[in-house]
Amino acid sequence: MNLFKLSASYLRQRTFSSVLNVLILALGIATIVVLLLVSDRVEQNLTRNAQGIDLVVGAKGSPLQLILSAVYHIDSPTGNIPVAEAEALIEDPVVAEAIPLALGDSYRGYRIVGTTHAYAAHYGGEVERGELWSGTMKVTMGAAVASETGLDIGDTFFSAHGLSEGGHSHEEHPIEVVGVFAETGTVLDRLILTSIETVWDVHGVHSDDDHDHDEEHAHDEEGHEHDGDHAHDDDHSHDEEHSHDHDGDDHSHEGEHGHDDDHSHDDQHDHGEDEATEDDATPVLAGSASGPPGSTGQTASAPAQEYTAVLIRYASPLAAVSFPRYVNTQTDLQAAAPAFETARLFDLLGVGIDAVRAFGLILVLVAVLSVFVALINALKERRYDLAMMRALGAPRRRLMAHVLLEGLLLASLGAFLGLVLGHLAAAVLGGAVEQAQGMALGGFSFDPRVLYVVALALVAGVVAALIPAFQAYRTDIARVLAQG
Amino acid sequence: MILLEDVRHRYGQDAVLDLPHFSVAQGEHRLVLGLSGSGKTTLLHILAGLLRPSEGRVVVAGEELTALKGDALDRFRGQHIGIVFQQLHLFPTLTVEQNLLLAPYMAGLPQDAGRAHEVLRSLDVAEKVNAYPHELSVGQRQRVAIARAVMNRPRLLLADEPTSSLDDVRAGQVLTLLREQAEAYDATLLVATHDARITSAFGDYLALDEASHNHATSEPSQP
Repeated sequence: MNLFKLSASYLRQRTFSSVLNVLILALGIATIVVLLLVSDRVEQNLTRNAQGIDLVVGAKGSPLQLILSAVYHIDSPTGNIPVAEAEALIEDPVVAEAIPLALGDSYRGYRIVGTTHAYAAHYGGEVERGELWSGTMKVTMGAAVASETGLDIGDTFFSAHGLSEGGHSHEEHPIEVVGVFAETGTVLDRLILTSIETVWDVHGVHSDDDHDHDEEHAHDEEGHEHDGDHAHDDDHSHDEEHSHDHDGDDHSHEGEHGHDDDHSHDDQHDHGEDEATEDDATPVLAGSASGPPGSTGQTASAPAQEYTAVLIRYASPLAAVSFPRYVNTQTDLQAAAPAFETARLFDLLGVGIDAVRAFGLILVLVAVLSVFVALINALKERRYDLAMMRALGAPRRRLMAHVLLEGLLLASLGAFLGLVLGHLAAAVLGGAVEQAQGMALGGFSFDPRVLYVVALALVAGVVAALIPAFQAYRTDIARVLAQG
Repeated sequence: MILLEDVRHRYGQDAVLDLPHFSVAQGEHRLVLGLSGSGKTTLLHILAGLLRPSEGRVVVAGEELTALKGDALDRFRGQHIGIVFQQLHLFPTLTVEQNLLLAPYMAGLPQDAGRAHEVLRSLDVAEKVNAYPHELSVGQRQRVAIARAVMNRPRLLLADEPTSSLDDVRAGQVLTLLREQAEAYDATLLVATHDARITSAFGDYLALDEASHNHATSEPSQP
């Protein structure tokens, strides 16, 4: 026999009360654990995905929306910005690196991002299978997209407008998968990357359909007759410098091949425009590193040539003081800093997080009271047992230890169950967030801070048992036994 | 042996016990007879070290109880005094064996399951070793309570109203068991009762009278 067995035997005896107390405590602990894990994960996720992005430039609107759409890809964009204006900003010496993004479409809820290879590099995306995209209508998918859609290299799909599933799909443009990224643990895992021209092409069709410009049609007609290289020559005649830029770009000729593929698939007459946009885009893409766009006149004339946002890294942290203000006041664009906006978001969420935490603590407090009442009542019924222990030779402090141990046992069970429930709930919640928001929270590994929560539970058990234990300590054995 | 000298106890102003002298030699059996409220339970509690008398000196098995304090008193009680209460007070959540092993555990003695079985055998309830108290008959429970009281081979065995709720046959059996067990360990046996049926079984008794609380008598006075 020992105290542990004795205390456990009493807990078993009043199963209902014990289970109830354990459950109340477990719910409180689980709430706190979930909060700890999820808020921590969300914060980590937000921080990791905004790493190295000092500023996002996009269309005017809500700065938070701009960040959510351009950095985390969980919101619709604020709008598009003309390439020329974006490029003018990018030229500013305070900008060390700029990655343009063209958004608008998705496939089964996974956003298609038109960008440069620098974007993949920024998130440490390494091609696991296949290759990086080049030209148009070729994509490289994030790891989660590949595993969840089942698409593989060589497969084609149609993109859908917007970010939600079931949007209007662009069935005129089959898009081919050419590569899959290794898992990065960043937002990249849930994105489909392609060239900016792909996004423009897909949407160029739309603008075509919406307003038929004869001029463009004529141009298209011309493009259609020639294959890709011919179209390229066409541009040559327009602009010498432009073609040089194009050659300097790393995906110039592969791009043409991709285009040829497209040609054979598609009889539509919009290929000429594809050609034109691509050629215009090429210097722009290089622009972030190598120079200004070739012909601004042509850029302005093509309606689809817009970026959605540009991710900017400063050359010097001092730029944060003046550059965003400059963008916001002196241009038609909007600049928003991810760090500032996510901090603001957390401030907004802070009230909710505090409320949930308070709820968890209240549950723990209720558990303390409940365990306290249960022990007081139990000891009333057990006063003869306690007196009998003394009669058998137990010193006072052993009775105290016996009652404290009972509180601790309840608390340990509650803490254990709470941890299990909390981790399960966090996993389920993480999965739900991932499904609903396209935000990968990742697995919930052991967080050493849950040990503090366990300590909280054990302290709660001891506190609840303190007064009953003291009562047991003070039991007047002779009087109790005389009553019997 | 037990020895009480000038022992008085009162609750507030009311004296409930007044014993100028009372002694029982080691291994002897003595009855404490009195109606309820006569102070016999108080006397038993004082002898068990559960209650400190307001005045006087108590010696049990060569140890002056009234000089012991705290843990030492608890330990002495656990190791040398066995008590059978009227309500038995078996632990309802523990098996018979666990109930018995609680005696050495609480007294700080080594726990020996073999010893528990041996005591149960001597009381003829060995087959109930793994049963819970509520699964036992009244008689079996009584035996288990006696078994627990003698687990630690006490020098003094105290029984408070062990027969009051029993019929004649069973009352006789319980007394026999108590006397057998006391003899087996050469323990001094003191039985407090108001049950006149059992006075004949004891040669000697101390009569406590609630009217005066002023008895030093322990004379044999056969009815």
